[in-house]
Amino acid sequence: MPTDRIDIRHVARLARLALTDAEIATFGPQLGSLMTHVDALTALDLSDVPATAQVVPSRNVQRDDAIRPETMLSREAALANAPQAQAGYFRVPRILAEEG
Amino acid sequence: MIVEVQQQYEAVIGIECHVELKTISKMFCGCPNEFGGEPNTKVCPVCLAFPGALPVPNAKAIEHMFRAGLAFEATIPPHSKFDRKNYFYPDMPKNYQISQYDMPLTVGGVVRYWMEDGTRRECRLTRIHLEEDTGKSTHVGSADGRLAASTGSLIDFNRAGVPLMECVSEPDIRSADEAVAYLETLARTFRELGVSDVKMEEGSLRCDANVSIRKRGETELGTKAEIKNMNSFRSVRRAIESEIARQIAVVEGGGRVIQETRGWDEAAGVTHSQRSKEQAHDYRYFPDPDLVPIDVTDETIARVRAALPVIPYERYVRYVDEYGIDTKRATQLVEDHALAAWFDRAVAASKNALATVAFVLGDLARLANESGTHVADGKVTPEALAELVALTQSNAINSKAAKQVLETLWSDGGSAKTIVERDGLAQVSDRGAVEAIVDEVLAANANVAADYKAGKTNVLGFLTGAVMKASRGKANPALAQELLKEKLGAG
Amino acid sequence: MNPLKDSARAIAREVNARTASAAEIAEAVIPQAERVDAQLAAFLQLTPELVREHARRVDERVAAGEHLPLAGVPVAIKDNMCLTGTRTTAGSRILENFVAPYTATAVQRLLDAGALPVGKTNLDEFAMGSSGENTAFTPTKNPYDLDRVPGGSSAGSAAAVGGFASTLSFGSDTGGSIREPAAFCNVVGFKPTYGRVSRYGLIAFASSLDQIGPFARSVEDAALAYDVIAGKDPLDATSIDRAVEPAADHLREDLRGVRVGIVKEFALDKLDAQSRACYEAAYADLEKLGAELVEVTLPTADYGLATYYLIAPAECSSNLARFDGVRYGLRVDAPDVNEMYERTREAGFGAEVKRRILIGTYALSSGYYDAYYVKAQKARTRIAEDFARAFERCDVIAAPAASAPAFRFNAKSDPVTMYLMDYYTIPGSLAGLPALSVPCGYAVPEDGTRPMPMGLQLTTPLFAERALLGYAHAYERATLHAEKLTPLTETAAA
Repeated sequence: MPTDRIDIRHVARLARLALTDAEIATFGPQLGSLMTHVDALTALDLSDVPATAQVVPSRNVQRDDAIRPETMLSREAALANAPQAQAGYFRVPRILAEEG
Repeated sequence: MIVEVQQQYEAVIGIECHVELKTISKMFCGCPNEFGGEPNTKVCPVCLAFPGALPVPNAKAIEHMFRAGLAFEATIPPHSKFDRKNYFYPDMPKNYQISQYDMPLTVGGVVRYWMEDGTRRECRLTRIHLEEDTGKSTHVGSADGRLAASTGSLIDFNRAGVPLMECVSEPDIRSADEAVAYLETLARTFRELGVSDVKMEEGSLRCDANVSIRKRGETELGTKAEIKNMNSFRSVRRAIESEIARQIAVVEGGGRVIQETRGWDEAAGVTHSQRSKEQAHDYRYFPDPDLVPIDVTDETIARVRAALPVIPYERYVRYVDEYGIDTKRATQLVEDHALAAWFDRAVAASKNALATVAFVLGDLARLANESGTHVADGKVTPEALAELVALTQSNAINSKAAKQVLETLWSDGGSAKTIVERDGLAQVSDRGAVEAIVDEVLAANANVAADYKAGKTNVLGFLTGAVMKASRGKANPALAQELLKEKLGAG
Repeated sequence: MNPLKDSARAIAREVNARTASAAEIAEAVIPQAERVDAQLAAFLQLTPELVREHARRVDERVAAGEHLPLAGVPVAIKDNMCLTGTRTTAGSRILENFVAPYTATAVQRLLDAGALPVGKTNLDEFAMGSSGENTAFTPTKNPYDLDRVPGGSSAGSAAAVGGFASTLSFGSDTGGSIREPAAFCNVVGFKPTYGRVSRYGLIAFASSLDQIGPFARSVEDAALAYDVIAGKDPLDATSIDRAVEPAADHLREDLRGVRVGIVKEFALDKLDAQSRACYEAAYADLEKLGAELVEVTLPTADYGLATYYLIAPAECSSNLARFDGVRYGLRVDAPDVNEMYERTREAGFGAEVKRRILIGTYALSSGYYDAYYVKAQKARTRIAEDFARAFERCDVIAAPAASAPAFRFNAKSDPVTMYLMDYYTIPGSLAGLPALSVPCGYAVPEDGTRPMPMGLQLTTPLFAERALLGYAHAYERATLHAEKLTPLTETAAA
């Protein structure tokens, strides 16, 4: 598994993190070193092993189609933490185009 | 562009459509799934993605998926799961959408549909998967409410988390007309199944089309463009037609079509490039660790299958092939599933589909329309209509009387036979009785009779009318005419 | 009684019997928590009004004839659990001013059981860390040495109980975040089976690993707390629908007939001499109590860290996407929304959180997903299978909770060195197993002179919480290690 090709700037863009140059300089080697550690996994033969997403074997956990008013928030409560609200809406700065 | 040039090409179209499911509550929380309302009043920590909130799937939405899949002959795989589709957008509360990536609830299947002229077509389905809707952004600060010049956006999360089914087709569609006919059949089928109301104006069906062109006879697929932002069947037709023409022009001009997303501009009637696929999203799909897998048993599939209604296509085929109803009227019937169901009961009783459809889409439709009451909600029962059909078919009443009976049924309900008897509307087909009236009429209109004999045979209508009037509408008109001809010819 | 020293069980007994009132406990615990907090910075927020309000309610309910399992018991809550009306920060700048509009299920169960919420405790930001130093606020100090870390990520919860600011506390454990600080702070720290306790209202770090659990000064109190918070929650699809076997009344006093597995791969010769001696003595004590020690093997245990440091960051990168400055939390203004996201998240997250978001985003990104994430999920399967095989030969596995006692602040500046702290706790987390740390003596750190607490980690098969607590109780009652040293917070007060 290649670790020298981590394009930190690209990954940071995907994650919406505006890293400083200093952070990029620090994180680069740190991530590289961690990924080297992670490369240990290549030693394991996992070809016939199923992937585990959940360790506990539950299936089909669903809820009945019903309204639960007790879990709902009033608009006031919904907006109480909003950095910017306007006329009952959350307000955000302009959206430039389709997000990538 | 010259038509001949256009005809050298064929379009290859695949459709992805998003349909909001009809449920009481949202997909992963107990907030109401209702259109509209004051902004941010149908929200909770889950659909607002507050820290620590967790999703729990709505069982009804999952069952709707099975219904939709089985209605289109899809396979329901034994195992399915939810995945996270990661991307940032302000109307997406978690900045990931819970969706399904590689293990959708339904796989394959086929949508059989028909065109306005009665041609039948098929479009294979790739898959139908379940996901959640986003909130809604309103762009403010610009005069026209568009994104480009806005200074900010206002977000309403009432719609966030509404269950959404994404129905992905194979590229089996060859024209804009086919695309619309396909979508119309999807929409009427989802309504019939009760899985969605499919209200385009409320945005409960939204679709994207992948369009490419190739020279007729070629089998390779061309480079496709994805067309977005089509909000009505009309705009689907216009957008696809416009895109096909654009691509042909590009190729004819020596260019090549590039893979990109294009937005349909309804006002300008053209598609605009939005984002090229080269900078495609990296959605980083992975299984949602907040949710557990879905296992589907054969019993579940059998139970859902057993409860499926007759789908519009099957009904359409029965109407046309078995009943001999024309495409237009058959379509009109299946379009309205309550009416079609009512019609089916009436036919079951009358055993005469053509006579029944004439009433249902004729006088009965007119009465319903005038009163603003749906036929199925009116006082005329399918059985009463069947009686009326039988009375007309056996010549027990004539068409004028039939109309009168139907009006009475519409306003008061009851039995057609009883009304005919009560109101004395039975047709007089007794030869002697009609002959007596004919004689009276000829005697009173000797000069007209003379005209007829002189060759002015068009006066027969007047004389027949006079006989009907004298019988107060009850004479069998065919018999009256026959007797008139006899007497005038003999005279 | 002494509400500051007594067990949760004793407090509840007296309050239910009305020989003590919740109100008097409240008035004793409020100044005590303030005093200890001034020394340790264990709390991000003390909630005296809530303590009084709930004390009033408890006294009323008890007077009305109700029996409450935690009547009047002071509890401290890790600040990644929502409690309506309180600031809930997850130790992060990005949530510095976030006031929770709802209450986590586990917290609600505590309140319903009569507990008094003393405050919200400090933690490594979003529970990412093993020392408590990753908090965006003042780091919590170890109650046994103020120059040393309390462990993490549930730093404040471990220190609050270890330092006698609260009777019980609650933390979350993703890769060791309850067990390691419990060991460092001389308390019992218990992580139940994944899914036993609802995560609804717990601010997610890694959803498939996160689990809420108690800290207590005795196994019995931990069991009492577990009995209250465990059980199916309709608001958490991953919570287990399986009857909880109450544990507090089913503890045991010996280990006769119990097979204790000692993991071959966890050989103690990797540890410093004092730590090794401590664990060797602990294993010998288990044997003295009647247990049979058997060697078991976890061949994939060494891959635990690599597996964990792919799965947990991957989940975290997605879980933390919601902190975007739109609906709540910090926003750094910018002319467009994308820049607003980037600046907000840059300013709002600390270095460790950013590192993990980056690792996770990378591991899930196009072209790397199969090589990293899927591979880690498969390794996870193998690790769980290894445990299942080991448990065919033993009833419980004994191992260190940490490889060394608490270290000094700033001693582990390299992230990977810090990650190695979780070497013994991570494999059990990946397998979803119930595990706890129980005090097992003291070791003088190589860079110190003062003895520091150590913790023995016990792990059992899925859902075997009652058995696990029973074994730990037998060991604890026979050894009483925690009582042998008093925390500085108490010696100073005396």
